[in-house]
Amino acid sequence: MTREGGHPSGDDRYLIVDRTMKRFRFEKDALLEVLNTAQETFGFLSEDLLVYVASHLNVPLSRVYGVATFYHLFTFTPRGEHNCTVCTGTACHVKGSAAIVESLAAAYAIQPGETTPDGKFSLVTARCLGCCGLAPVIVLDGEVHAKQTPETAAEEVEAALGLVEAQATG
Amino acid sequence: MNLETLREIGRRETERQAGFDTRLFCCTSTACLSNGAGATAEAMRAELAARNGTGRAVEVVGTGCMGLCSRGPLARIDRKDAPSELFHTVTPEVARQIVGHAVDGQPASVADHGLPLDLPFFAQQMPIVLAEVGRIDPNRLEDYIAHGGYAALARALHEMTPEQVCEEILASGLRGRGGAGFPTGTKWHYVRREKADQKYVVVNGDEGDPGAYMDRTVMEDNPHKVLEGMMIAAYAVGARSGFFYVRGEYPTAVQRLRNAIRAARRQGLLGRGILDTEFEFNAEVRIGAGAFVCGEETALIHSIEGQRGTPRMRPPYPSTKGLWGCPTVINNVETMANIPAILTRGAAWYARIGTETSKGTKVFALAGQLTNTGLIEVPMGTTLRQIVNEIGGGVPNGRQFKAAQTGGPSGGCIPEEHLDTPIDYESLTRLGSIMGSGGLVIIDDTTGMPDFARFFIDFCVDESCGKCVPCRAGTVQIRALLDKVLAGRAVAEDLEQLERLCLFVKRASLCGLGMSAPNPVLSTLRYFRDEYEAHLSNGKAEAA
Repeated sequence: MTREGGHPSGDDRYLIVDRTMKRFRFEKDALLEVLNTAQETFGFLSEDLLVYVASHLNVPLSRVYGVATFYHLFTFTPRGEHNCTVCTGTACHVKGSAAIVESLAAAYAIQPGETTPDGKFSLVTARCLGCCGLAPVIVLDGEVHAKQTPETAAEEVEAALGLVEAQATG
Repeated sequence: MNLETLREIGRRETERQAGFDTRLFCCTSTACLSNGAGATAEAMRAELAARNGTGRAVEVVGTGCMGLCSRGPLARIDRKDAPSELFHTVTPEVARQIVGHAVDGQPASVADHGLPLDLPFFAQQMPIVLAEVGRIDPNRLEDYIAHGGYAALARALHEMTPEQVCEEILASGLRGRGGAGFPTGTKWHYVRREKADQKYVVVNGDEGDPGAYMDRTVMEDNPHKVLEGMMIAAYAVGARSGFFYVRGEYPTAVQRLRNAIRAARRQGLLGRGILDTEFEFNAEVRIGAGAFVCGEETALIHSIEGQRGTPRMRPPYPSTKGLWGCPTVINNVETMANIPAILTRGAAWYARIGTETSKGTKVFALAGQLTNTGLIEVPMGTTLRQIVNEIGGGVPNGRQFKAAQTGGPSGGCIPEEHLDTPIDYESLTRLGSIMGSGGLVIIDDTTGMPDFARFFIDFCVDESCGKCVPCRAGTVQIRALLDKVLAGRAVAEDLEQLERLCLFVKRASLCGLGMSAPNPVLSTLRYFRDEYEAHLSNGKAEAA
């Protein structure tokens, strides 16, 4: 039933995770590197994925879970179609990033770290993206927008969300 | 690779560069990329191609940070026969005009975008760590070699014993730039004296302080310099293997370091028999996953070993038992980037820069309420006033300077009356702050200090690893007290309680994170107590 060269699970993204584990000769020490690859490939760490990594590196699932939950960059739920990260580092804080977070959270009725029920939009905060000269910054779908206000940030997010609907109907 | 090949590569690259009358540099560091520098560089290349080799021989180089990040994207024209010119806010449209200006010498329609190179922002700096940043293409090993790269390694390998290298670094007075300020040479000596089959060198690029991006810039914009420093450290202590531990939030730095390692390996600068000697070394990049505490050395070691990044008791120090139980040197990125210059120009030269106890220069990330924000490198001993008023151009919008925050969540706030203090490790500690890794955030009178202190404590609550109680529970209690203050419900005893708790957390915590977490509260209580008092329930009328 398996396709030639494909992954037995039918999901070839697992091959990418396999490659990283192979590169480290399935050493337990490579756990963090493997989790990084897994998250990059799948977008989030599902329970299946954690079990998969645990069994292939031969480490207890409890340890995989312990490590994964320790680090902030790992997430365990899928992100929305569109993602907005508001930087809340020091420079952005003194230039008013809290107001940006509040207004976006209110507009979409979600807390930072959450996704709208329709799966369209996720709001997250980050502790310093290192663009302090451009504060306050937001990252919308991978693109950095500098020197934001609550108003401009709301406009950017609306544009991003609106754009997709326009494409879907057109 | 042998010495002759190294020199030959440098010669050929210098000749190649000399073949151009004009070289156009466009910053492609993260800050400028965020401001659209990708499109700027693209437009320059396209415009140059469209002109199809007419006019002067021009080359476009994607380079590193030119410093004034708030006015990016930045671009510079270097000419053989005329002074350099610097431009700010270079949109693709401006980029095309700049190419025209460079190729045909069209009088500048871009004059509005010119930045005088003798601005105090540039003139008062002393680049050592950042010497080649903004002048070389970080993705080309040849360019680094043409600027004297790997000459320091060659000198170490061919003319010095490992002991002499440690001695030279010790004599230079270089101290760790990650924050603690431990003498680098002493650390190297410790590891060198350990008898072990396997030793490691680790470069700490887990720059977690919000408001700081010095290390990212050096890794992104001159990765070979960090690699060279690391190799010299490895030779000095007898290590054959090394790791760069880089924040997961810095993808460009990871990519450029990996490029640098690949290029060095291809040229035989990594591997066996480096520069025709017995020296053998290999380096790898390991990526963090967003935990501030991993900047602490024992936590960092756990993280490289694939574990939760929690610190452990010291001793034993990593110099005796580090990575996988082997003696390990851990140095910050900026520390490593100082090494090549010290070996090429000598410890005596380096020791002449700076103050009695703190030698050399320090790179700061200037941010917050300032006219010029960006990356600067100044000699130790420069006063904060000079940095704020002259280099930074003062506080904009007619607001009042209130405090300079150094050292991020581990540091403190320095008020106006102490601005004339020359910056070094000791003076900042005396003021209740720390040097830290180099974040320098200026705040004006629009920021309330209790609120600002709460911001940092909130950060520490999030980032506390949970291993020791003083930090895990103490920071939460400090935050609760601050909330009480901010809500106008606190009384005078609460401030005393707050102070006592801060001192307790400082003394009793296991690692640097907890030991320094109360600093933002303590320093603001020390200099801005009136603001706390104005929030007290009996003084609520004033607090509004």
